[in-house]
Amino acid sequence: MALDKDYFDYPHRSYGMDHDRYEWSMLSDRKPVQWPDGNKLALWVNVPLQFFPLNQKGEPFKVPGGMTMPYPDLRHFSLRQYGNRIGIFRFLKAFDKYGIKPTFAMNTRLAETNPYLLNTIKDRGDEISCHGYHMDAIHWSGLGKDAENELVAKSVNILRELSGQDIKGWLSPAKNESADTPDLLAANGIEYFSDWVNDDMPYQFRTDSGELTAMPLSTEIEDRFVINGNMHSEDSWVEQVCDAADFLLAEANSQGGRILSINIHPWLMGQPHRIAKLEKALDYVSSLDGIWHAHAGEIRESWLSQQ
Amino acid sequence: MKEDPGYFDYWPYENRPKIEWPNGAKVAFWVAPNIEFYELNPPANPHRAPWPQPYPALPGYTVRDWGNRVGHTRQMELLDKYGIRGSISLSTALCDHHPEIIELCKERNWEFFSHGIYNTRYTYGMSEEQERDMIRDSMETIFKHTGQKCAGYLAPALSHSDHTLDLFAEVGTELFGDEGGIYTCDLFHDDQPTPIHLRSGKKFVSVPYSLEMNDTIAYVVNKIEPQRYGQQIKDNFDRLYEEGAESGTIMCIPTHNYQVSFPHRMKAYEEALEYITGHDDVWVTTGREIAEYFIDNYYDAATADIDSRQGAA
Repeated sequence: MALDKDYFDYPHRSYGMDHDRYEWSMLSDRKPVQWPDGNKLALWVNVPLQFFPLNQKGEPFKVPGGMTMPYPDLRHFSLRQYGNRIGIFRFLKAFDKYGIKPTFAMNTRLAETNPYLLNTIKDRGDEISCHGYHMDAIHWSGLGKDAENELVAKSVNILRELSGQDIKGWLSPAKNESADTPDLLAANGIEYFSDWVNDDMPYQFRTDSGELTAMPLSTEIEDRFVINGNMHSEDSWVEQVCDAADFLLAEANSQGGRILSINIHPWLMGQPHRIAKLEKALDYVSSLDGIWHAHAGEIRESWLSQQ
Repeated sequence: MKEDPGYFDYWPYENRPKIEWPNGAKVAFWVAPNIEFYELNPPANPHRAPWPQPYPALPGYTVRDWGNRVGHTRQMELLDKYGIRGSISLSTALCDHHPEIIELCKERNWEFFSHGIYNTRYTYGMSEEQERDMIRDSMETIFKHTGQKCAGYLAPALSHSDHTLDLFAEVGTELFGDEGGIYTCDLFHDDQPTPIHLRSGKKFVSVPYSLEMNDTIAYVVNKIEPQRYGQQIKDNFDRLYEEGAESGTIMCIPTHNYQVSFPHRMKAYEEALEYITGHDDVWVTTGREIAEYFIDNYYDAATADIDSRQGAA
């Protein structure tokens, strides 16, 4: 019994990363960042507006949050639509009450089919980023580069046309990518994306069409991960968000501006029994001194201008 | 395949020879941060897939990179604050990839022990010679970059063969005599150090490295809340401290910078460290120091006691 000899080759065993997408860099070694008006902690509230097709293909996997039952899985289809009909309006009220500036990561298919919802977001003037075409349109290498390019172009261009915004941000469904996704995003005019959860601050990411900014959107603190995935109570989620805010604010006071990014789903936290918990977290964080309420694109621009 | 690995004999917790830690401490307390490098595109192993998704498997890769870019410094500052020297379970390729982290640990006189070369290269399927070479590479790499004679082993990704512990101890002797290859963190059968049977007969000890206190087990497998993890650590300590009055116990917190260092988890971890180090009779130490102290003072008595108990009522 033995393994092939090449199992003991280590072709990337040298300084830096084992790929060439970005430079190795420790956060604590970087130049401190200053947010506008002397603020310390940028609050990025990211709201995915999602469409989960009933006729899900599930390639190469069933998207988390998608259909799990034999066709037609009406329970999950309708429960996800609940977020776009009911939960989102609870969110908007809460955002306005606490002065939050949300960023909406929207599936293009939802913008096509729900003009009322799209117009509601447009009228608020909040930033819209592209969340792919829909939740079952997963980006992965099995698509092939040309087909994936068409998917990216369709998703981004239709959303631009419908929203009237230039759409600079991207969040892949399930944060899944092919080896080509970053190149195709940059080629289609995307400036920042949030699929790589390897930092707490933005950094520049190489593509063959120029650089993207990787914007930090932590998976581990999002509502779905904590409440659906870990089965923690809503009260525990609130406590974790508040602890994260306290910690990052303290770090910001000694090491320069930080970002608290919270990804929250209207179909989850927008439920009647959960919305008060979201309000509690927003109330706490927005009451802290030094909070900068900002859209993701604004945070990126402020950061980039200091690099 | 064997029914039992044969590393240790049954040794009941009651009436063992009394262990007294330095300065009358009841608990030997150590923290073992795993500092790991996972590859984005590792070669396939016939027995275990490195990632659940097709290439590029971003969720697992990127969060581990987060641990090195962001999490490491956070945990290190916390350990500094409470006077704890880390015992690093090291993917030794990290010496090449991220020497800045190695330097920070060296400045603090932290211990480095081998956790293989990459945590995406599994022992499964290796020949004895291949595994011996991999272990030797990892121990030589630690020596080259830190000057330390590697004392401990935690197999990469906890992937083992029937020869793992023998090979680690033998390579340690070849490279560093009695100073190298003297303890393992791979076994979870006890709350005190225990002698391990090896084919070489070398004095070799299992130093408890708790799976239950491991942050990845708490957060990924058991999926518990940060506050509950913090409470479990305190409860674990309380009982080991109480029992340590009779005979010294060991408490280990194995951590990962991509778990415990998240902003929403640091508070619970800090409260637990503050609680433990706030007690008087705690020996805050490292894996090597525990192993050496046990081998020098209690190994022979433990072996004699274990032998006397075999088959006895």
